[in-house]
Amino acid sequence: MAHRNPARPLSPHLTIWKWGPHMLVSILHRATGIALAVGGALLLTCWLAAVAGGPEAYQRLLGCLATPWVGIAATVVGVGLTWSLFQHLCSGIRHLILDTGVGYELKANRAWSIATLFISVAATAAVWLYVFRGML
Amino acid sequence: MGGGTELGRVRGLGSAKAGVGHFWHQRMTATFNVALMIWFVVSLLRLPNFDHATIVLWLTQPVAAVPMLLLIASVFYHIRLGLQVTIEDYVHDEGLKIGALILLNAYVIGLGAVAAFSVLKIAFTGTHA
Repeated sequence: MAHRNPARPLSPHLTIWKWGPHMLVSILHRATGIALAVGGALLLTCWLAAVAGGPEAYQRLLGCLATPWVGIAATVVGVGLTWSLFQHLCSGIRHLILDTGVGYELKANRAWSIATLFISVAATAAVWLYVFRGML
Repeated sequence: MGGGTELGRVRGLGSAKAGVGHFWHQRMTATFNVALMIWFVVSLLRLPNFDHATIVLWLTQPVAAVPMLLLIASVFYHIRLGLQVTIEDYVHDEGLKIGALILLNAYVIGLGAVAAFSVLKIAFTGTHA
C-alpha cells in the first residue's frame, strides 16, 4: 500500500456497488465475529472464573449486573451477543455450504443471505422470550 | 500451480509453508463450534436457574465439563484464526501487524487458559467449595 502510485486509477471498490443482502451478511459475519471474539469470549471467561471463584465472587458478578444502569447495558450487550452468535452461526453454515461450490446462483444466494438474517433474529427472540418467560 | 521445484509442488505448501492449513482449521473448528455452541445454549436454557450451586452442579458432571473444555479449545482457536485474517486484512503497517498478531495470540491463549482452568477447578473441587 505504501508504494502505490497515486497517479494510477483505483479499481472499483465497495462504495460504487448497490447494496444487496449478500454484502450485508458478509460484513456482518466479520463484525459479529469480532464482537463475539472480544465481548463473547471475555463474558464467557468472566462467568466461568466467577463460578470457579466461589459463591461470593459469583454473587459479586450478578450483583454488578443487577444495578440499574449496568443491568440495562448488560441486557443490551447480552441480546446483542446472542444475536451475534446466531447471525455468525447461520452465516457460518452458509459459508460452509458455499465452500462446497453450491449456492452461488443469484436468486439462491440472495434467498439464503436473507434467511440467515431472519433465522438469527427469530432465534434471538426465542431465547430471550424463553429466559424471561416468567415475567410475561 | 506456478513455479517452484517438483517436490515443492507435490507438497503444495506454497511460499508461506502452511498450505491450506489455516483454511482447513478454520472450517474444522467452525463445524465443531456449530455442534458445541448449540449444545451450550441448549444446556444453559435447560438449567432450572442460574444460581451458583446450579452452575457448579452442572459443571461437576463429566458430560458437561468435557464438552465445555472442548468448546473452549475449539472456540478460542477459531477466534485466533478469524481475528488473524481480520488483522491481516486491515492492518497494513508491518510493525503494527506483527504487534497485533502477538497481542492476539496472547489474548486467546491467556483467556483460554483462564476459562479452561476455571472449568477444571469447578469440575474437580466444585462439590467441596
